[in-house]
Order: sequence, then C-alpha cells, then structure tokens
Amino acid sequence: MIAHSLALAGRSLTKTRRNPGVLMDALILPVLFLVLFVYLFGGAVAGSTQEYLQYLFPGILILTTVLAGQIATGMSIVVDMKKGVFDRFRSMPVSRSSLLVGSVLADSVRYVIAVVVLFGVGYLLGFRVETNAAAAAAAAGLAIAFGFALSWITVLVAVLLRDETMVSTVGFLLPFPLVFGTSMVAPAETMPDWLRTWADVNPVSHAIDASQGLLLGGPVAGPVAMMLLWGGVFLAVFGTAAVTAYRRLT
Amino acid sequence: MTYTIDVEGLTKSFGPTTALAGIDLQARPGTVLGVLGPNGAGKTTAIRILATLLRPDGGRAVVDGLDVVRDAVEVRRRVGLTGQYATVDEDLTGTENLVLFGRLLDLPRDEARARARRLLDRFGLAEAAGRRASTYSGGMRRRLDLAASLVGDPSIVFLDEPTTGLDPGKRDEMWRTIRSLADDGTTVLLTTQYLEEADALADEISVIDHGRVIAHDTPAGLKQLVGGQTVVVRPRDPDLTTAAAGIVERSTGHEVDRVRRGVVTAPVADERTFTEIVHELERGGVAVTELALRLPSLDEVFAALTRPEAVPA
Ligand SMILES: Nc1ncnc2c1ncn2[C@@H]1O[C@H](COP(=O)(O)OP(=O)(O)OP(=O)(O)O)[C@@H](O)[C@H]1O
Ligand SMILES: [Mg+2]
Repeated sequence: MIAHSLALAGRSLTKTRRNPGVLMDALILPVLFLVLFVYLFGGAVAGSTQEYLQYLFPGILILTTVLAGQIATGMSIVVDMKKGVFDRFRSMPVSRSSLLVGSVLADSVRYVIAVVVLFGVGYLLGFRVETNAAAAAAAAGLAIAFGFALSWITVLVAVLLRDETMVSTVGFLLPFPLVFGTSMVAPAETMPDWLRTWADVNPVSHAIDASQGLLLGGPVAGPVAMMLLWGGVFLAVFGTAAVTAYRRLT
Repeated sequence: MTYTIDVEGLTKSFGPTTALAGIDLQARPGTVLGVLGPNGAGKTTAIRILATLLRPDGGRAVVDGLDVVRDAVEVRRRVGLTGQYATVDEDLTGTENLVLFGRLLDLPRDEARARARRLLDRFGLAEAAGRRASTYSGGMRRRLDLAASLVGDPSIVFLDEPTTGLDPGKRDEMWRTIRSLADDGTTVLLTTQYLEEADALADEISVIDHGRVIAHDTPAGLKQLVGGQTVVVRPRDPDLTTAAAGIVERSTGHEVDRVRRGVVTAPVADERTFTEIVHELERGGVAVTELALRLPSLDEVFAALTRPEAVPA
C-alpha cells in the first residue's frame, strides 16, 4: 500500500509539474492577503506596518497551508473520479485508500513550495523570526501537518459530491471562517462577543497560537499540543470518513 | 464445461432505473463473447460488475472460478478492463502511463519499463511513447488504453465498446489486436452496438436489451435467426428501380422490403443468391451505383428478435 501510494503520488507530482498553474492559487492568495492586510490595516491596527507584519505572519503561515490543502486536492480527486481514472485503478489490485493517500501525499510538495515562497516574501517585506531557525522550521512543519489534516475535509466532500463546483466552493470558502475566525488579523479582545466565542473554540486558533509562539516567542507547549490534537482529530474523523465513503462506492 | 466468465441472473438497479433485470452470460476459456445491445441496454453496468467496480443487487458473477463480490481482490489480479471512455492520464506520456500501471501491479521497476516498451511496440505507439497522451489521436488513446489493461498479463479482458469513435481503418486495426488477444488464449468479453463488429470478433454473441438477454447464439446462428443478410441495390437510372426490384424478387424468391429513394433492399439467404443477383442485373442491363451485401443493423436485429414470426421454424 505504501508503494502504491508513492507511485500514485509520483503521478500527481508529474501532473503538477506539467500544469504549474494549479500551484498559483496556493501561492498567490496567501501572499496577497499578507501584503493587503499589512499595508491596508497595519497602520490602523498595530500603529505600524512593521509591527503588524510580525503579528500577522504566523497566522498567514497557517492560512497558506490550509488553502494549499483545501483547493487542489479535492479538485484533482473529483477530476480523476469523473474521468474514470480512479475506476481504472479500482479494477486493479490496488488498495482503495492508497488512491486517496497518493493524491494527498503529492500535495505535500505543494505545501513546501507555498511555505518557502511565503517565508521569502515575508523576509523581503521585513518579517524576522524572533526565536531561532529550529523553531521556525518546526512552525513550518506543524503548519504543513495541520493543512494536510484539514485537507481531508474537501477530500470527503469530493468523494461524496463528485462535483468540481461544489468542491472548489467548499475548498475556497471553508478556510475563511476557520482561519479568519481567530485572532489572526486582530486580537480577539477587539471582537464582538459572538465572534470571540467562535475564535475561542475554533481549533485553528490553537494552530495560530502555536505558530506565533514558535516564530515570535511566547507559550509553545500548550498550543502545539492542542494543534496536534486537533490535527489528529481532523485526520481521524475526515480521513476515515473519506476512505470509508470511497470504499462504499462499489 | 467450465466457463471463464459465468454470470447468472445478475440484477442491478439505480434508484428507479433497472439497468440489469437478470442477465446470464457465459464465455469459454480463450473465446470472445460479444455483448450486443443499444444505448442503455446495460452493457457498461454488466462490465462494471464483472470488473468489481459495482456490487450487483442479485445473482451471481464468477470470473475464472472466482466470485466477483467475495473474491474481488483476487479477481482484480486476473482481469484487465478497458472502459467505454479512454481513461489514460493525459498529462503523462505513453510510457509513464504504462509504467504506473506496472508499479501498481507490484512489478519491479525494470520489469514495468520492459513491459511498457513491449506493449507500446505492439500497439504501434513506440514513436509516441515519450509524448504526453494529450497529444495522441483518438485511435492512439484507445490503443494506449487497451495496452494499459494488458500490463498485468490478464487472462480475462473486458472491453466496453472498444471501437466506438474510431475511423474504419483504425477500427480494423483494433479488431486485429482483439483477435490476436483471443488467439493467445485470453478470454475476451466485449460490448458493442454493431452486429458487424460482434460478427467479426465474437465466437458467441449475447444480445441484450433493457437489461435482459434476448438472444444468445454464434454469429452464424444469430444471422440466421434475424434473417441473414440484406442485399442493397441502387440503379444508376432511378426509372429502372422497378426493373431492379423485379430481378431481386425473382432471385431471392422474396418480396423486396421496400423501395425507397431509388434503393431496393431485400433479405438474402446466402451469398450464392447475391452472385445471382449481380449476374441478372448485368444481363438485364441495369447499371448500378451501389450494390452491397450487408449484415442487419442493430435496429433490424431487434426488430427481428422482437417479432414473434422471426423465430425460426
Ligand atoms: N450510476 C448510475 N446511476 C443511475 N443510473 C445509471 C447509472 N449507470 C447506469 N445507469 C442507467 O442504467 C441503464 C443501463 O446503463 P448502461 O450504462 O449499463 O448502458 P450501456 O448499455 O452501457 O449503454 P451505452 O451503449 O450508452 O454505453 C441506463 O438506463 C442508465 O441510465
Ligand atoms: Mg456503456
């Protein structure tokens, strides 16, 4: 099953390499948000764009990996199911989960590229890691793991609905309440009650806290534990549901 | 007699639609079974069940002695499937497509490469091997698709309308390939909408309609059943149509079916009658622009099979 997943991941990578366009969504959107927020609101929210950049960047890192996982993974799965490519594989002695795992694995490369680009742009704008390189690497790694775990939500939607429009809508809209309904853009204290309540229970808040802790200093252990826990929950619930739903297609 | 493909009373519904209303299909080892039926007859559904992609509602399907539901995993090792629409990956090259299938079948990398090369050669794709499949013509994609289902050296191959959309030259090429498969001992189940294709390839034909088998026979038997072949005569001078019809009637001993837009058609029992018609037309001085012996179309097959008096005496 591992060999099959890798072979299928290799296929997806070759496809991505030949259609680099699919990488663009994942690259451009987070960078766009970073630039927009820093220069539009930076002065108003934090008094200086530089200070705001430091505050915002860890959250944008999470947004990047969540978006990278949401949009393209589900889409490529729907296309494969519609074109009969998956049927072909299913008629072979290939475990059903490796089909999904292969698609999701191939995305890890997309995450890495998106994260590297984001750090590059952040650096050019003046973002500086306030801790150390190891902590920054941990932040990037955790963000990717978290994006991976959440990507199973759209995989499930893809398997259940088999419709490109639905998948791109869900994949595009879902990150907003999840990622923006946190203290990413502005401290939770400034929010109306209902939004603050959501930000408090929102699992992505933990991810952003962890990211801030690792990149800027501050509490790390607690948020990281919560982030891993929630990532595990998403992976277990949506991953299992997606694979089960996929198996039941016969 | 053991059958390589043995289907009994298979049923499948999609909501209110009955796709299969209990069909039986049998194929002996190393033979080609043609499943002939119009759009929506249930051909694809039957193939998908046999290839373990769909679960039947009822009945039994056994492939190579294995039940397609209970022993699905083992069945997948022995069958190759070429679906109705080409499913090769357009972003990958011909070689990459086939090597991927080899890897998924647990072949070592070298062996996967070697098999890919052999198959590409065999299907006349060696030159295009390094190009992306998106640059292939329809015929090349079909061939690559068929090659992909042979990577695992399956003993049973399912082909769903393998020549639909191919031009006559490419179709003949595909026919030769399919026949060579059976000659090598592979059992082939192929679906088609054309009696001509079933006649050219199949050892036996099952005609299905609305999810039921309405006839099963050898091609010769089936042609007998549906009234054999049809002679088509189109005189150059439309005024001679009646004369031509008279000649055809005398030779065949049957009334002509219809005289429409200057074309005379009538059933003929054997080729000798056809030769006689040719001869008589020449003697009568009736020049023709079209003179052919053709197999009944699917429409005519169905008309004949569903007409009570068509049952042979
Ligand atoms: N997944 C599905 N959901 C609902 N109905 C289906 C599904 N698959 C097939 N059908 C219906 O089942 C019937 C048989 O379809 P099937 O595809 O097996 O026919 P076919 O003989 O392959 O036709 P064609 O020559 O057009 O390929 C049709 O009425 C079709 O609409
Ligand atoms: Mg079909």
